[in-house]
Amino acid sequence: MFKLKSTIIKDLRILLRDKVGISLMFVMPIILVVVVTSIQNSTFQLVNKNRLPIIINNNDTGQASKQLIAAINKIGMFKVSQVSGDQSEKQMTEAMHQKDATLGVIIPANFSVKVSAKSKSIAGKALKSFGLEGDSVKHEAGDIDPLTVYYNPILQESIRMSVQGAIRSALQLVESRETLRSLYFSINEKQLPASLENEMLNNKTAINEIPVSKDGTRTTPNATQHNVPAWTIFAMFFIIMSLGGSVVREKVSGSFIRLKTLPTNYMVGLLSKQIVYLFVTMLQAAVIFSIGIWLFPFFGLPALNLPADILALVIVTLVCGWCAVSYAICVGVFADTQEQANGFGAVSIVILACVGGLMVPSFAMQGFFKSAADISPMHWCLQAYYTLFLEGGKLKDVINNIIPLFIITLVFQFVTFIGLKRKNLI
Amino acid sequence: MAVTGPLAIDVEDMGFRYPGNPEVSFSKLNLKVAKGERFGLFGPNGAGKTTLISLMTGLLTADNGHIKLLGQDVGKQNNAVNKLFGFVPQDFSFYQELSPVENLQFFGAWSGLDKKTIKTRTDELLGILGLDDVRNKQVGKFSGGMKRRVNLAIGVIHKPSILFLDEPTVGVDVQTRLAIIDYLKNLNKNGTTLIYTSHQLSEAEGLCEQVALIDDGKIIAQDSLGKLLKDHKQDSLEQMFLNLTGKDLRNDV
Repeated sequence: MFKLKSTIIKDLRILLRDKVGISLMFVMPIILVVVVTSIQNSTFQLVNKNRLPIIINNNDTGQASKQLIAAINKIGMFKVSQVSGDQSEKQMTEAMHQKDATLGVIIPANFSVKVSAKSKSIAGKALKSFGLEGDSVKHEAGDIDPLTVYYNPILQESIRMSVQGAIRSALQLVESRETLRSLYFSINEKQLPASLENEMLNNKTAINEIPVSKDGTRTTPNATQHNVPAWTIFAMFFIIMSLGGSVVREKVSGSFIRLKTLPTNYMVGLLSKQIVYLFVTMLQAAVIFSIGIWLFPFFGLPALNLPADILALVIVTLVCGWCAVSYAICVGVFADTQEQANGFGAVSIVILACVGGLMVPSFAMQGFFKSAADISPMHWCLQAYYTLFLEGGKLKDVINNIIPLFIITLVFQFVTFIGLKRKNLI
Repeated sequence: MAVTGPLAIDVEDMGFRYPGNPEVSFSKLNLKVAKGERFGLFGPNGAGKTTLISLMTGLLTADNGHIKLLGQDVGKQNNAVNKLFGFVPQDFSFYQELSPVENLQFFGAWSGLDKKTIKTRTDELLGILGLDDVRNKQVGKFSGGMKRRVNLAIGVIHKPSILFLDEPTVGVDVQTRLAIIDYLKNLNKNGTTLIYTSHQLSEAEGLCEQVALIDDGKIIAQDSLGKLLKDHKQDSLEQMFLNLTGKDLRNDV
């Protein structure tokens, strides 16, 4: 016990004097959590606050295009500004740069005429199918010229698809209104009353969004609840940069030669490193969670809400930290140089994070990657944290995540043991 | 040469080859060192000195034959044997981030000492080796000579019965060298057997009573220094060394 205590003190002293290592383990992950949460928070609030700047070049003089612009405005997702004149693609690009817009839409000339013609044609067909014969049935309209949408390539695919869906729904509204008006006019030979039009076109059915939680609470998830747990896991695995290097440094330094000639097994040394760095991972989690709770509101970010079951949170963090430490030691034992440990360590944790669903949700993955997520320890950590932070789960709800995580940790420990034996280190 | 009295080291018919290397390092090597001797092991680069010390300290395992320290078989992680000897490797074998006191606390614990003994020995050694003033400063900032003294202090903290020294004075000034040699002689007077290797043959003449010359994995001469010089009709260890091992340059790969 005295040997272990002395080794822990030695490891703590070396760690505390490694300023670069400490900044890598604490400062970098904290910056990462704050930056990623801030960015994700902007995306979360896209609809409410941070509207996408869009410029519209309306070459049409009719009412339908005006209604379309009004409908786009009403979606609430865009900050609309208009440019006039017949814009070429180059001019549109320049206009987008000038107005710092990520989207540009060109409404073609005769848009209203074509929408109207198309509506009358549809109304005529409808009347015919009702067994009525109206004027509009004589019209056979051609297709409406397409809208052209320019976009900045930095826009993510998911946002672009949302934009397309929103514009399409605005277009649908305009076309439906015209068709309805034509239909009404053909039957009644007078204009559709505005009140009726509003009643028929405006969406009356509300959508209630309810987060499904295990404890029945109704906390709406936000960027903080999503990102803080996810990037805390990344931070814990990031200790590979310090711990992996520390194992290699000790292995290749002269001190290891002496350690091997002393009446103490090197396993004591590794056990000490596990205890010290497990403490570090717990501290990392405590610091990052504290920042989420108390500091985030000062940055204009939502505060982190800790799960109700704190014991479960501690247990998940402990197992996750142990897994991160085991992985770092495993890499350190197999690497021959510090460069190998750092290079492989950094790349491998990014891959594990990707596969584990930290960067892309694992439910969105397909085929091989969906199965591969199961072997990433970060996946199980993340599922456990999400169950606690987002679903209000309790310890019994995360047992199924803790067990695979524990098994993966034991595999790392076993591989480390084999590595030590093969390299004649124990 | 017959060695009388109890043996500190007994190497018998020892064979060793590095894994993956077709060349045999040692074949049926025999070496006996009496308890309490100041024994020098010399040879050109690549002769096998460091490999032999690694085998005697359990860092490498012999393929056949046996190596005994004070009657106990040397083996990998043999804690009972590891308590018997101290090792001062040629490379600095400590943590540069720690102070001499912190290094001695850690290595003392790993050597099996209790807290009180570590404190007593630390104060004693830092005083003897002139490191008291810098006891709490980081070793990484020390000069080469000071680091050598720290290296030595760690090797002897547990008062070993046998002390292996692999070039303990390389790269140090005259004052440090004399201080280390004086300390080693004192240690020997108190019963510690010294196994010393160096390329500083003039220094070795002043320290070693018994000498073995090793070349190409074989002991080519072993006896008391005086007798060897007389038998080979040489005035100095250096002349005898060149006479027996030749003047060709050696590459140690």
